[in-house]
Amino acid sequence: MNAPADPGTATGPDTVAVAAASPDRAQPYRELGLTAEEYQRIRGLLGRRPTDPELALYSVMWSEHCSYKSSRRYLRRFADQAPQVKGDSEGGAGGALLAGIGHNAGVVDIGEGYAATFKIESHNHPSYVEPFQGAATGVGGIVRDILAMGARPVAVMDSLRFGPADAPDTARVLPGVVGGISFYGNCLGLPNIGGELAFDPCYAGNPLVNALCVGVMRHEDLRFAVARGAGNKVILFGARTGPDGIGGASVLASASFGGGEAAKRPSVQVGDPFMEKLLVECCLELGAAGLLAGIQDLGAAGVSCATAELAAGGGSGMTVNLDLVPLRDASLGPAEILMSESQERMMAVVEPRHVDRFAAICARWDVPATVIGEVTGTGRLEMTWRGEVVVDIAPETAASQGPVYDRPVVRPASQDALAADGPAALTRPDPGGLLDTLLTLLSWADLADKTWVTGQYDRHVLGDTVLAAPEDAGVIRVDEQTGLGLALATDGNGRYSRLDPYAGAQLALAEAYRNVAATGARPVAVTNCLNFGSPEDPGVMWQFAETVRGLADGCAFLRTPVTGGNVSFYNQTGEVPIHPTPVVGVLGVLPDVRHRLSLGFRRPGASVVLLVRTGSDFGGSAWAWAVHGHLGGRPPAVDLAAERALASVLAAAADEGLLAAAHDLSDGGLAVALAECCVSGAAGCRVSLPGDPFTMLFSESPARVVAEVAPGAEAALAALCARHAVPLADLGSVGGDQLEVAGCFSVARNDLAAARAGVLPALFG
Amino acid sequence: MTARVGVVTFPGSLDDRDAARAVARAGGEAVPLWHGDRGLRGVDAVILPGGFSYGDYLRCGAIARFAPVMADLVPAARAGLPVLGICNGFQILCEAHLLPGVLTHNAGLRFIDREVRVRIEHNATPWTSGYQPDQEISVVLKSGQGAYLADPPTLDRLESGGQVVARYCAGSPNGAARDIAAVASPGGNVVGIMPHPEHAIDPLTGPGSDGLGFFTSVIRALVAR
Repeated sequence: MNAPADPGTATGPDTVAVAAASPDRAQPYRELGLTAEEYQRIRGLLGRRPTDPELALYSVMWSEHCSYKSSRRYLRRFADQAPQVKGDSEGGAGGALLAGIGHNAGVVDIGEGYAATFKIESHNHPSYVEPFQGAATGVGGIVRDILAMGARPVAVMDSLRFGPADAPDTARVLPGVVGGISFYGNCLGLPNIGGELAFDPCYAGNPLVNALCVGVMRHEDLRFAVARGAGNKVILFGARTGPDGIGGASVLASASFGGGEAAKRPSVQVGDPFMEKLLVECCLELGAAGLLAGIQDLGAAGVSCATAELAAGGGSGMTVNLDLVPLRDASLGPAEILMSESQERMMAVVEPRHVDRFAAICARWDVPATVIGEVTGTGRLEMTWRGEVVVDIAPETAASQGPVYDRPVVRPASQDALAADGPAALTRPDPGGLLDTLLTLLSWADLADKTWVTGQYDRHVLGDTVLAAPEDAGVIRVDEQTGLGLALATDGNGRYSRLDPYAGAQLALAEAYRNVAATGARPVAVTNCLNFGSPEDPGVMWQFAETVRGLADGCAFLRTPVTGGNVSFYNQTGEVPIHPTPVVGVLGVLPDVRHRLSLGFRRPGASVVLLVRTGSDFGGSAWAWAVHGHLGGRPPAVDLAAERALASVLAAAADEGLLAAAHDLSDGGLAVALAECCVSGAAGCRVSLPGDPFTMLFSESPARVVAEVAPGAEAALAALCARHAVPLADLGSVGGDQLEVAGCFSVARNDLAAARAGVLPALFG
Repeated sequence: MTARVGVVTFPGSLDDRDAARAVARAGGEAVPLWHGDRGLRGVDAVILPGGFSYGDYLRCGAIARFAPVMADLVPAARAGLPVLGICNGFQILCEAHLLPGVLTHNAGLRFIDREVRVRIEHNATPWTSGYQPDQEISVVLKSGQGAYLADPPTLDRLESGGQVVARYCAGSPNGAARDIAAVASPGGNVVGIMPHPEHAIDPLTGPGSDGLGFFTSVIRALVAR
């Protein structure tokens, strides 16, 4: 597909005057992803046909990716349930929302005058078409969102899902994606502190690459994307604009794949992390010097989005001279300039008296900066090219008044049959087979050692990484003096969500919440990336509606507001959608990172305990899927009250020094968790199971952690658990070089490590 | 009095704050130096930090070598100023011909982030004087082009001249010739090391505090001078 041709045609550029005089000229709105109704709506808004550049602008701004037209009416639920945004902190405890949904990223008070901003975003389709650059620019894009809020980006995470680990195409896509993240994130100098890696046939033609970034700022450094003050200058700075990524939002992110991927390759952007590093330092210096009246990143929809959102956000108008946009390719016309998704660009609104200082700071960082326009009081977004007006619109019609769809929602009839096909009939191992089951799970790619991936990421840079993968959550120190820090985890489970999207969303939330709590941090806020099939499929819309309802209800109960996020539709191959896959990121606050808990067993002789009860939860479990290839029944029973009580116990226990280690139980249950504690730590353990061994070992009941008790803290821990009504079971003790489960099996730590270690290297080299 | 240690920031330097933090932890005063400025602000030693100066364009360190600050640093180093290049800084020192050899792509062609053990083989440099001979330390290796290479006669000369400062204990993780992790100039004042001692100054954020010795060593040497 091509952008509308405008330069060099016999008739000259398509200007507003030309458009008014040629109302019947045929326009390629369908090729740009607009429906006939949407095209008519644009004509109605303008009172004439759009110019080709205007059509380009609306097509990207009204794309599913940018406008959230299918999801918007559901996402309101998140905002409705979030607490009111407060002007400032209410003391040192942290957790107050300083900026919520609708900004580039949500901002949360974390205490001591600091705020954290974080967001997760998809780059699924570009990463399938061109894995390396697709994943690389996914990192770059989310980092600029954080930067635009005024924060210094301090860490990234990646949540990755691919087709079967042994599928030939996974061997093409996965190394490319990991290499792209490694290349971009490492060169940019941001520690990669965790994330996820999972495999399932449903992602074979549509991998999920969700990138998260977290940034930290002082409260007073918070900035918004607004253009105010007539006469203020609009400055485009960073990389020059080229023909890359033209129509990425409308073409790649907003339609399903149906062959012809190679032809879409020009829609994928190319990243330059070195320029991004310069932009980061340059923007922080510009902010510190007080030179920014408004700032916006250029991501999807490029100059279209930045100008329309800045002008609409400030309730002002703006003039832009497109001839002044620095180009890498001089043949680009105005429509292409507006649609280009060239990376590493930012836009600022600057008072005229500050322009020289702005330029000097950019020059110091070798960042090209160009005044391309001016804020006006007209309420119009006007753009000229070669002396003629090619865009003249009300900016809010593009930025916030796009179409909103109420798509048909139908619960698929197959859902009942799926629920009825529970795991009860699956053959369970006899006691002699429990060890084999554990080793099978540990050598299953989803649960195997992920060092092949994480070893390619710099997790040490910036010197504040306290915990990183394979720990339950990443932990970053924010203040060296006080030890204030933050914890972050992302989780999602497509199998659970396939069985019950409402419960699946809450289970994803619960797991990320618990992972953060397992480090001793207090969970305070949520971001999410909702990966779904086509919204034009009523069954998919039902999954989506249920997911949003589940997540919103869960966040309200746990008092962790959704601060922002991203929706990725059209994740399907032909007619077959992926499992509904909400990926939930939870941010927590640690008052002192020196008290954080890690997962490895540490001290021989210490007690090993299990917090909270184990039920029989095998629907959608790792065991059912990895051993039997079975997906059916009900997902594990959600218990958010238990999650909240458990998190309270963990935060207090960490603070009071009652625990030496803690590890969340999730895929593969207690058996896999104990194996990980043994392998990651300094010793094995010897445990007895208070119940049916198979259920105790492999059930995936949520709201559980296994923990090592600090010396002599048994009684204090028991009292703390009793206060919060959290059941506590004594399992045994740390020690030896084996994982020994009394009456069941004993296995050397080395053998556990070996079962996990070679899996990814054997697959990916 | 304390020692003033300059830390140069090039466009694309990433571990400059970490190097400055290590200097401060070791009791020195870290002095920021900007790649585009002439002069060394009277510092007593200089660290070229890790990162991707100039995006590693052309070749790691190849462009940084021509930065204005290098015009003053190179003669000062030849005159005996203690200089430590870490990771990208090591690459810059090789490109500037202050150290022999080159650093090239890891065997396996992938970036490696890993804690490694290295053995300090030469402690007669201002950066390693605080270590015992053959002391083994844990540090962080994180690089894509960390394999140290030189022709055999050069390697022989380095070994016989006491210029191999540190070697990987468990074999080279990246294809470095003769497991070399760090080398020194003939005078010993210029040291390049591929793993990061500045990321091993605190067990909270690294493998331990073994790396702090590089910074305490130079500060002690400077203060005693």
